[in-house]
Amino acid sequence: MEVTIQKVILCAVADEPGKVAGVPTFYARDEESRQKKALYLSRILQGAVHDLGDGVLIVVKH
Amino acid sequence: MPHAQSIGLGLLLGILARVSMLRSDYRQYPTYPHGYASHLFLGIIAAVVGSVAVPALFEREWTAVTFLVLVAQQFREIRSLERDSLKALEETQLVMRGSDYIESIARIFEARYYIVIFVAASAAFGVEYSSVATGVVLGAIAFGLGAALMRVEKLEKTVKIEIAPVNIKGTDIYVGDIFIMNVGLRESREFILKNALGAILSPKTETARDTLASLGQRQAILHDISGILGVKKDLDTPEFTPIARRDIETGRVAVFMVPAEKDEKVFLEVVSRVPVLESARGRSLRRSGRCC
Repeated sequence: MEVTIQKVILCAVADEPGKVAGVPTFYARDEESRQKKALYLSRILQGAVHDLGDGVLIVVKH
Repeated sequence: MPHAQSIGLGLLLGILARVSMLRSDYRQYPTYPHGYASHLFLGIIAAVVGSVAVPALFEREWTAVTFLVLVAQQFREIRSLERDSLKALEETQLVMRGSDYIESIARIFEARYYIVIFVAASAAFGVEYSSVATGVVLGAIAFGLGAALMRVEKLEKTVKIEIAPVNIKGTDIYVGDIFIMNVGLRESREFILKNALGAILSPKTETARDTLASLGQRQAILHDISGILGVKKDLDTPEFTPIARRDIETGRVAVFMVPAEKDEKVFLEVVSRVPVLESARGRSLRRSGRCC
């Protein structure tokens, strides 16, 4: 039986430090760069990207 | 050879019954040549059991009854055989069948063998009692009865199915007015807007509302539409996974998918033809006497 981690926040992409804690976070000031980072991370980690607003994106394994 | 006619006709009609039920439909199962071969072989065994049991009883060979019961027990194994093989395939499916659908398919496969035994025994009884013609008629009636018993209700009977637009509000995806999910990637949102299909399923009765609430039933819908239309999705694009979300206020269900072939007509037809699973059939109000 294969064991996988599910329903967990794998990492976050935020526009500035202090907004996210507890998960690996990548920072990018502009929206374009955040989108690009989130795209790469979602494809690498096979997770879905959700926008929490206020410049914070999270990658979640469902 | 005594009883050759009854055994022969029972065997023939039993095998014909199994062959007629061994068709690969839109669920794509069983498509594999080996699946066909094993089911045909088991069908022949079932037909032999049914057709031999009756002449044995006419000869007052009571041990035949014991053997019939023993063999029937063996056919119970078919259910676990089908369940195991479908479960083993689940891990590598982009859109899973779900355990409710697997259980439903496994039950149907098991029941088909009992019908084969019933058809073969009825035909053999007809020949023993009267003539070959009676055997054919009794066999046909038995098959008709079995087919009527096995008839599966389709979703369209109790559920209204309509195409609904896939909208995006900010970063949220909606089908009609029902929220589906939040998608953070702009690229994915644009892709969804261009390629996705949506439908809203409204229950016509209270029992249908229960049916649509079942997670197994919803997974069966998603599996069927993905099987026919295909999905534009891979392991690294989970946001394109087909989803069926429920509006808890009204019991309506929104179906969202990104198909490989964007064809609304086929999409609606497939959803309409999804079988109502035994485990998902709503019956809470029926049991309490409030509903039909």
